[in-house]
Amino acid sequence: MSWFEKLMPSRISTEKRTRSVPQGVWIKCAKCDAQLYRTELERNLYVCPKCDHHMRIGARERIEVFLDDESQEEIGANLEPLDPLKFRDSKRYRDRLSQAQKSTGEKDALVAIAGKLLGRPVVVCAFEFKFMGGSMGSVVGERFARAARHSAEHEIPLISFSASGGARMQEALFSLLQMAKTSAALAVLGEKRIPFVSVLTDPTTGGVSASLAMLGDVNVAEPRALIGFAGPRVIEQTVRQKLPEGFQRSEFLLAHGAVDMIVDRREMREQIADLLAKFAHQPRPAA
Amino acid sequence: MDLKFLEFEQPIAELEAKIDELRFVGDDSEININEEVARLKEKSRSLTKTIFDKLSAWQIAQIARHPMRPYTLDYLEVIAPDFQELHGDRMYADDPAIVGGIGRIDGRAIMFIGHQKGRDTKERVRRNYGMPKPEGYRKAQRLMRLAEKFSLPIVTFIDTPGAYPGVGAEERGQSEAIAFSLYLMAGLKTPIVSVVIGEGGSGGALAIGVSDRLLMLQYAIYSVISPEGCASILWKSAEKAEEAAEAMRITAANLSEFGLTDEVLPEPLGAAHRDPSAMAEIIRNAILKHLDDVEALGIDEMLAQRQARLASFGQYKEN
Repeated sequence: MSWFEKLMPSRISTEKRTRSVPQGVWIKCAKCDAQLYRTELERNLYVCPKCDHHMRIGARERIEVFLDDESQEEIGANLEPLDPLKFRDSKRYRDRLSQAQKSTGEKDALVAIAGKLLGRPVVVCAFEFKFMGGSMGSVVGERFARAARHSAEHEIPLISFSASGGARMQEALFSLLQMAKTSAALAVLGEKRIPFVSVLTDPTTGGVSASLAMLGDVNVAEPRALIGFAGPRVIEQTVRQKLPEGFQRSEFLLAHGAVDMIVDRREMREQIADLLAKFAHQPRPAA
Repeated sequence: MDLKFLEFEQPIAELEAKIDELRFVGDDSEININEEVARLKEKSRSLTKTIFDKLSAWQIAQIARHPMRPYTLDYLEVIAPDFQELHGDRMYADDPAIVGGIGRIDGRAIMFIGHQKGRDTKERVRRNYGMPKPEGYRKAQRLMRLAEKFSLPIVTFIDTPGAYPGVGAEERGQSEAIAFSLYLMAGLKTPIVSVVIGEGGSGGALAIGVSDRLLMLQYAIYSVISPEGCASILWKSAEKAEEAAEAMRITAANLSEFGLTDEVLPEPLGAAHRDPSAMAEIIRNAILKHLDDVEALGIDEMLAQRQARLASFGQYKEN
């Protein structure tokens, strides 16, 4: 379990809840407790068919179900994290990295792929929350910047799916500066009038929320996602009061004007493709 | 003057107390007081130097947060006495945790923007301990655009524990306010010089710190999270702040080694609060020098270099 998951327990039940049933066949919805058949859930993009609860999904799965199958090209796959500070808390950063790499099969917490969305060339980035809480270190920042650059050079839209606790403390100031780096890359994109759609998924907080994730020309949220600058626990400790129900959830952000719309995962492809078509003065793409 | 000595400064404090006592002894004493005072003063100086030569990261963090440390408006009083403060974000409120306005150094008009902490309890509460809310960042954005419109260079002073984590701040879009500040500063067509004068606390600091030149005072700190916050998450105990401060490399000297700051400005013996006007003079000269350098580039080259600088942040391996 990463430090972030300890801080903010995943709403998808993992080990504990599924251990009572044979691994991987049945999954219990964390919201409505329904027993769900894995293949059916997969077909439903990990949205509970009973209560529409959106479970967290991995970066590659996310991109796979979002993009068309043909002609995908990964960006920055050859980048790997370093440990410039030789950081060590109760564990060495190096060890945390290799553990995360082993358990996720990813080199770091962001995957960027150029491909097509209903026929339109696009670049997509997705955060891997299981990789150290989707935290943004140098590799995440560099991959995002390269994705934005690819999108600027080819004049094709950029879409990002965020799921992150924020900065990666083990990279200290280098990590903080990724906020400036990713925002600057988006400023170049904005200058060239290339659309950037930011999709905020559960959870998006801290340095990622306070940089690239809030900078979409259109900000989209998945239902009931936790989105905020400070985590609920930090706020509770600061203001010393119980937080209202639904605080920092997508619906709260919509009501307060921080996101443009809430979109069901199963409609994400069509909704974003249609938006991009409108920006390009084109008819609605055929699904 | 009550200097409010920190714990590791106790030997200096005792010596200074002795010097004060001697001053009250008066002229009727047998021994030559003046000579003795001079001797003790010299001893105090060398003791201060010895202690300050080998400060730990945690001790430096305490100096950066010292209750006597000069704040943005203290420096502005000295370096730009004709400073006119401009208030409000035109949308919601005026956030006293960020101050901004126009003042002249050497006849050159400059837009100054900085975090502002309070000196006494009442003022601290009013300034929210230097922790801005979204309206603070939006005021800063407004003033930055104003500076761009009239070709005024921008100088920012960074000194905050971080952006305020509160219910109202979340409701009004703290994330967006910080994110958009970063976005705006990346492309702003006027020179920006940032100086970390005290605490550079996370995104709340960076939100006015995207710049052409980043300067740090010798005993300023800059980090992704406070040592206490880092310790309570990674070490599961805020008591380990000392270790976290060391591990995160938060001091000006550390960050300079990584090439993350352009110049470290030396502080007077015993830190900035011992001689605020000397410190102000050093800051003033550094601002002028760096503004000259950036202005000499011309706007296009300046923006290209700023973009290249922002793109270069980070350390990774490429296979």
